[in-house]
Amino acid sequence: MDLPLIEFRDVTKRFGDRTILDKMSLKIYENEITTIIGKSGTGKSVLLKHIIGLLKPDEGTILFRGKPVHEMGKNEWDGYRSQVSYMFQNNALFDSLTVFDNIALPLRQTTNLRKREVMRKVMTRIQQTELTEVTRKYPSELSGGMQKRVALARALATDPQIVLFDEPTTGQDPIRKNIILSMIAHYRRKFGFTAVLISHDIPDVFFISDRIILLWEGKAAFQGSYEESMRLDHPMIDELLHSLEGFQDELTGLLSKQVFKNRYTMTLQRRQTDVTVSAILFTVDFDLAADLFGAPVFEILRIMGQNINDFFGPLGGFSARHQRNQLLTILPHIQLPDAQALLDTFARQLQEKAFSDIQAMIRANMGDHMCLNLSVKAGIIEGKSTDDIDRIIDKAESSQKVVAVYRCDQGGEAR
Amino acid sequence: MFFSPIGKATLELVRNLGAMAIFFAEGSVKIFRRKQVREIVYQVFYIGAKSTNIVILIGLFTGMVLGLQLYYTLIKFGSEGVLGSVIALSLIRELGPVLTAIMITARAGSAMAAEIGILRISEQIDALYTMRIDPMRYIVSPRIAAAIISFPLLTAFFDLIGILGGYLTGVILLGVDKGAYFYRVHAYVDFVDIKGGFLKSLVFAVLVSTICCFQGFFTHMRTDSYGAKSVSLSTTSAVVISCVMILISDYVVTSLLM
Repeated sequence: MDLPLIEFRDVTKRFGDRTILDKMSLKIYENEITTIIGKSGTGKSVLLKHIIGLLKPDEGTILFRGKPVHEMGKNEWDGYRSQVSYMFQNNALFDSLTVFDNIALPLRQTTNLRKREVMRKVMTRIQQTELTEVTRKYPSELSGGMQKRVALARALATDPQIVLFDEPTTGQDPIRKNIILSMIAHYRRKFGFTAVLISHDIPDVFFISDRIILLWEGKAAFQGSYEESMRLDHPMIDELLHSLEGFQDELTGLLSKQVFKNRYTMTLQRRQTDVTVSAILFTVDFDLAADLFGAPVFEILRIMGQNINDFFGPLGGFSARHQRNQLLTILPHIQLPDAQALLDTFARQLQEKAFSDIQAMIRANMGDHMCLNLSVKAGIIEGKSTDDIDRIIDKAESSQKVVAVYRCDQGGEAR
Repeated sequence: MFFSPIGKATLELVRNLGAMAIFFAEGSVKIFRRKQVREIVYQVFYIGAKSTNIVILIGLFTGMVLGLQLYYTLIKFGSEGVLGSVIALSLIRELGPVLTAIMITARAGSAMAAEIGILRISEQIDALYTMRIDPMRYIVSPRIAAAIISFPLLTAFFDLIGILGGYLTGVILLGVDKGAYFYRVHAYVDFVDIKGGFLKSLVFAVLVSTICCFQGFFTHMRTDSYGAKSVSLSTTSAVVISCVMILISDYVVTSLLM
């Protein structure tokens, strides 16, 4: 494994009698988006403040590229800090400065840029965060969501290498929430920075996260990818992730993974006799925030989920989101040829209606000139209800092929 | 057991005095860092220029009251002719620096403590740190510099207006000779008096700006309150401590000058 960019080794932090971080060890890697999740009061913000040096550990060591930060000289420490930017949970905007001056402050105070260059950089950030109309307003004159975007613009103003986001999407409407998450992903790709994110926006935030760290009782209970976290059979993961998912997957409107597994077990596996089932695994491919800044990708998945539910639900099928952009449908008592015929019909419906709905939604959110290339792959497999669901999914994934495509340069026609 | 609270309070006092001395030293050294001129000019405008009206008002009425009181006291000795010099010396040596400092404490010192306190509790000072902007340099140093510039200027202004106030009551209302009034002012006020007054105003500037900034800057360290309440208590402490320190230091400086 690569050398971690930032590493916590047995870090302990106490406030009075309360131990917030209890011998915590974790690793954050370069050019990744690491999301820290955990219940309120588990020390997520405290952890971020240790990274930027606002707090110092009572015990343990914090390492930057393998070097303990407490052993760094002044210049080295300054060099480290110049690479890190922090977006506060409560924004921490200067209420006596206008939006423009807030964003310009770090550039004016820490660089030797000319006035015109500062103006250019600040206006770029202002446009990207849709704040053009409020540049001369004061933070107290803005809504909570707008204040959040000002804080985001300020955090990115100096083009930092490491950005620490303390709940960047709190208080945003769903569209802007998506835009902020997409922007973080977009900037990460464009500038190659490392992002450490605290968020409660599960599951949305998982779409942009490379690694997830779960804080639990002062320790990092889990560190790894989203897929690993979903496979982990651990009571803490269940309590946090699955309870947050609830009965329905917030994103797609389909069943949550836990409810899906329960239904599969209850309705099929506990029967005395084997039941034939067909499983269809859909993968939605789109250019995730790479070229299309702020694309509402989560809305696309929601529309897809709705279409799958509307089509297969009345036939007894039940569906859930499997991975970031994968949706799984189980069709009980339906054999492969019939399932294939259903899939063909569904693919035609996707091509004719669902894609149009998606493009209409994109145009409504992002402007009439916007368009997004889309393709849907599907893998279909027949199995028995006694088969392990994960094996069925693996087989379906390996048999996936493209069933519907929307290409903007061909006016939305299928390939 | 009996001495324990006294010992604790003394240690606390010594600790705070030491912390304030270091705070002032750090703040004053950072006055000379880069990118300070704009902030200092703004603070001079806020602490100095914006305090002018209140200084005029207080100076005028102080001078007028002095004129009134001293006239009726001096007339008992047949010495009303020295009214101008007595008013001028009282103002330049004592009342000017003290009252100006107390007025600025009430107007700008309280605002300093409250503003910095709010910056602290709303994490704006932490935000400065994360942006690699030294909060001492950006917030405290310009205020100390502005106070050092503004206090003597406002004191001079107070003295001038006070002498004119004395003229209003002494000469215009009570009939003291106009020429004698200004002659006595000119004849009896020495450069040493003016120097002493300015020295006091400089000492007060350092004390007031340091105490008010210190109270605001460390409002989060208070153990008796949190949040908005701590800002309010810090502001009150800043004003009370500043006023007490002005009077104590006034005595000390005066006795050193005599």
